[in-house]
Amino acid sequence: MATINRSAQQQIVTVVGNKRVGAYHQILLHVGEIVKNCRPGNFVAISVGGESSKMVLRRAFAISRVSDSSQYGGTMELIVAPHGSGSKWLCAQPEGTEIDIVAPLGTAFGIPTESVNALLIGGGYGSAPLFGLADVLKSRGCKVDMLLGASIGSKIYAPLEGKRSVNSLKIYTEDGSMGETGRVTESLLEIIENREIDIIYSCGPMGMLAAITELVSDLDVIHQCAVEESMACGIGICMTCVLPVSNEDGSTSMLRSCIDGPVMEGEKVRWDLVGKIPEAHQ
Amino acid sequence: MTLPVDFSTTLGNAWFPTPIFTASGCASSGRELAQFFPLNDIGAVVTKSVMNKPRHGRPTPRMAETPSGMLNSIGLQGPGIDAFLAKDVPWLLEQKARVIVSIAGETVEEYSTLARKLRSVSGISAVEVNISCPNVENRGMVFACDPDASRRVIDGVRKTIGGDLPIIAKLSPDVTDLPAIARGVVEAGADALALINTVLGMVINIDSMRPHLGGKTGGLSGPAIRPVAVRAIYQVHAALPKVPILGMGGVSSGRDALELILAGASGVSVGTASFGNPTALIKIQNELRDLLAARGFTTMQQAVGFAHRDE
Repeated sequence: MATINRSAQQQIVTVVGNKRVGAYHQILLHVGEIVKNCRPGNFVAISVGGESSKMVLRRAFAISRVSDSSQYGGTMELIVAPHGSGSKWLCAQPEGTEIDIVAPLGTAFGIPTESVNALLIGGGYGSAPLFGLADVLKSRGCKVDMLLGASIGSKIYAPLEGKRSVNSLKIYTEDGSMGETGRVTESLLEIIENREIDIIYSCGPMGMLAAITELVSDLDVIHQCAVEESMACGIGICMTCVLPVSNEDGSTSMLRSCIDGPVMEGEKVRWDLVGKIPEAHQ
Repeated sequence: MTLPVDFSTTLGNAWFPTPIFTASGCASSGRELAQFFPLNDIGAVVTKSVMNKPRHGRPTPRMAETPSGMLNSIGLQGPGIDAFLAKDVPWLLEQKARVIVSIAGETVEEYSTLARKLRSVSGISAVEVNISCPNVENRGMVFACDPDASRRVIDGVRKTIGGDLPIIAKLSPDVTDLPAIARGVVEAGADALALINTVLGMVINIDSMRPHLGGKTGGLSGPAIRPVAVRAIYQVHAALPKVPILGMGGVSSGRDALELILAGASGVSVGTASFGNPTALIKIQNELRDLLAARGFTTMQQAVGFAHRDE
């Protein structure tokens, strides 16, 4: 009996959609039954480059959303930024291509049992999984507000259909090319107070997650963030994606962001120690 | 119609139904891979090298992908031997997996302490003594680069652990005279050799213009180092034909596993390939069986070192 990666399956799946959305590619995979186990926050690990690839490692992508229709069966959507050689390869795959995936992996966002006021904060393509999360939260009666930020307007991912589950959407860009000029943290405290926010869900660059954690540290607000750390395997065996996380007793453990994450409690992550090693038992 | 191949192998007095093993440091303690295949379908789980005390390892970034390979700089993060023996070994034995425990230490004494704690543990097949992890602060600590230090570690483990449990010494290819180091550890009491550990390497980030890895240097693994592994195994098997070798280094197909066996490996560990494919071990095992049968081998053992045969 497996105790880790409990819902994960390795499967060959077909690309059924690949279109450009701003600076990103929206990739749709026909994955069948796997969708039943996917929760907002989970990720997928994809083998890239084909048979004779010199890229030996899988690439991890947040699952943007899944749907299960009687006509098409289970599909999984990914929002991919073509940055490195692996993501560029994936973005170049036409409909009909078969790819090797392992999913779902990692922890999911915790869904409150009561209807609460939730604030979803996304940086760049980090907004992708937040729209699927917004759907789930809305179906539980939560009020969902959203803040999205990026360096430039083309890096804001905010699909029309995704906005349906969101009560309000505020956009920030650093160059002012879309929405307000600045960062998502700009008027965060004001928004939390005015909208009586109970829980924050965030996904985006580590700097943004750390900044949000610091801003809300004195408030009575839960902050769950989906971290981004480079991974070699996505299934917990390589030990490369570790982050320093506080334990109950005050000590710090190096936890794998693929197994104990990507969704973690913001206040438990020792942001000051990322890229360092904790003092005790080195 | 080909006959089924007898796939079994031995390392010292330990018997394994198949010659395909995990590689230490590439399968944790097995729990993560158990979702993808039953752990008793493979020869053995070689667990991640464990030290006496819990250890955080090296800072991130710990990984850099390279052409047909990767650098890692984990630095032996782990729970320490006591937690490992309490939680991981019993779980693996419950899965009916065969277990090779890999140990690593900073001093000769630490290896002996680890051996003492292992001595009373029943159910494990062998101990791998990792004297070649490149991810330590001081390269002077890489015992396997020093023939005398290598001997002292193995001698200490052998004396502490007694006569029964097979000792597999894991060696580094980053040495000038590998057969001499191999001979030394065998004389000191090693029953088998694990060849090869990763090759020391470095990647420099051209944006920050500094070494990319938190630990600066890392161990290179993956198909990029396979020819180094084949050479090392071939050399050592030629020098010590009676000493079984657990071969490893960039194996990602049955063809690669066969290459190491022909060079002289009695068993083959699969490491980095599992990062790219969680079912790599099963794929490699199936392909190897077919390749052996297609070449007319009726036992895996017949193929061990076959590349050394006379004209």
